[in-house]
Amino acid sequence: MGITFRKETFRDDFTFKNSPEHIRRFPFPFHEDSYMYAVNIEPHVLGPKGSVLENLIDVDEHYVAEMQDRALVLAEDPLRCQSLPHMTLAGWDLLELLMEQQALGYPEHFSLTRDGDRWRWINRPLGIDDSFTFGDVSTLPYGPMEYITRQSQGDFCILDQRDGNLWMDAGMVTTQADWSLDFDIGMNFFEWHAPVPLAHEKGIFVRALKFLTNIQQGKPARRLNWTMTINPRLDTSPENYHKWGPDRTTVTPENVGDKVHLRVELQSFWRLPRSNGIVFPIRCYLIKMDELVTQPKWARRLHRVIRDLPEELANYKGLTRYRATLVEWLSKLDDGSPTSPGFGPD
Amino acid sequence: MAAKSIISRPVYGTLSPQPGKHHLFVTDAEGALAITDLAAKAPYGFFADAHIIFIPGQDGRHVAALEALKPAQFYQGPSFASALPRLKQTLANAHMGLRLYLAGTEGLIGQAMQAALEAGIDHTAIQTEHRGSLARRIQCVHCKGITENVTTQPATCSHCGLLLLVRDHYSRRLAAFQGVCINAEDRSEIPPTEEIFR
Repeated sequence: MGITFRKETFRDDFTFKNSPEHIRRFPFPFHEDSYMYAVNIEPHVLGPKGSVLENLIDVDEHYVAEMQDRALVLAEDPLRCQSLPHMTLAGWDLLELLMEQQALGYPEHFSLTRDGDRWRWINRPLGIDDSFTFGDVSTLPYGPMEYITRQSQGDFCILDQRDGNLWMDAGMVTTQADWSLDFDIGMNFFEWHAPVPLAHEKGIFVRALKFLTNIQQGKPARRLNWTMTINPRLDTSPENYHKWGPDRTTVTPENVGDKVHLRVELQSFWRLPRSNGIVFPIRCYLIKMDELVTQPKWARRLHRVIRDLPEELANYKGLTRYRATLVEWLSKLDDGSPTSPGFGPD
Repeated sequence: MAAKSIISRPVYGTLSPQPGKHHLFVTDAEGALAITDLAAKAPYGFFADAHIIFIPGQDGRHVAALEALKPAQFYQGPSFASALPRLKQTLANAHMGLRLYLAGTEGLIGQAMQAALEAGIDHTAIQTEHRGSLARRIQCVHCKGITENVTTQPATCSHCGLLLLVRDHYSRRLAAFQGVCINAEDRSEIPPTEEIFR
């Protein structure tokens, strides 16, 4: 069988869309009819077949198009991928993790064979067949982190653990929700989260750091985060904010369903075996309102969440300009009936 | 000083004499007064192993006051950029027991700390004291250019010309605050410019 990879774009003509199967597996992030920050971290264990948790590193129908978009971003701005000099070993750890997980979950698309340090990696969707020596940077066309994250969906931050804190010391960040790796690299956990409103006062980051610094090898954890994006654009970086920002002024009652997208990040946290670092994949899922509301429970619930969102959060997430138009559009799909507990569609 | 701010915003203290074999001071303009204040609390002979790098600025004040401390080495330079090669060499040749003290404008403290971090000194081991101007050094997140001595909110990027919101988010690695286009969504919206970082 295997995945049928879509030919689509995340820029210019924006041909990205989800197949009906991918709509049903969308990681809808609201388990109740309202939203506030919480330390919503849970063990990253396998979930039901047909969900985004069927494998711990998810590969989906957007894989090839996302990797093409990443290559375009990097050609334009190589600073989206950076690694401080002490992070190379952690890069090898990440390469091993992603090769193993992708080969395990999708053997028809990826294979890894190892003979001591001599490794062979085959990535059929991208037409790659490379043999290299594990640990020897000169045997790969890029550094180990860049090499494997050019072949893996989602952004990746590698955190060094020292002095009881986590330091953002390496990353591949091309599909981010408005934060800059180039600016934040080298910062500790509290510093790079400094601009987030409300959560510091609630003690969220102190508890989250305590949890993360205790993550053990082989026991990854995860959480969901969300925002909204106009047009299915992966690269909503601050670097290009002056290019994509005007999209937010283009939402009208007629085009809400097509233009407004819920953007969900599946963030996971893994202890790396050699470096003792933590890798933090931030996997982005997009769904347009027209697709999302094919599930009536999600339509009702999203209406209530966006309508009741605290002003400060709405501003931080950049919804202010089009929030009223979106709430009005969603209200027509909310008959006021109760929603069932849990994330999934009915 | 700044009111309630965010966690990445640097917090400065008051210089005090530290135990150590050598003492390196980097300072500009009114930062000199932080050093003379420290001198009043310092043990006898403290400056016999001190090196002061001073950028007095246009009015040239406080030179005599620092020379009167009789440091082992005293350097006076016209700009931070001109002092930087000397600072880098001093840091590269430093031995255990060097103590670093930075005093003056945020731009001076930030850039001297950047040089110290590159030399492997931990930022928590550095004494800092803010004196004088609140002018900011900002990195434009869009074009990556650094604009010095920003006193207004918003401010114009001296490289790409975008109108930037000057944030409190600060990078020690870049020694700069972050500037993000303030009217990216609708360029016709021009907020009033206020001088707030004097």
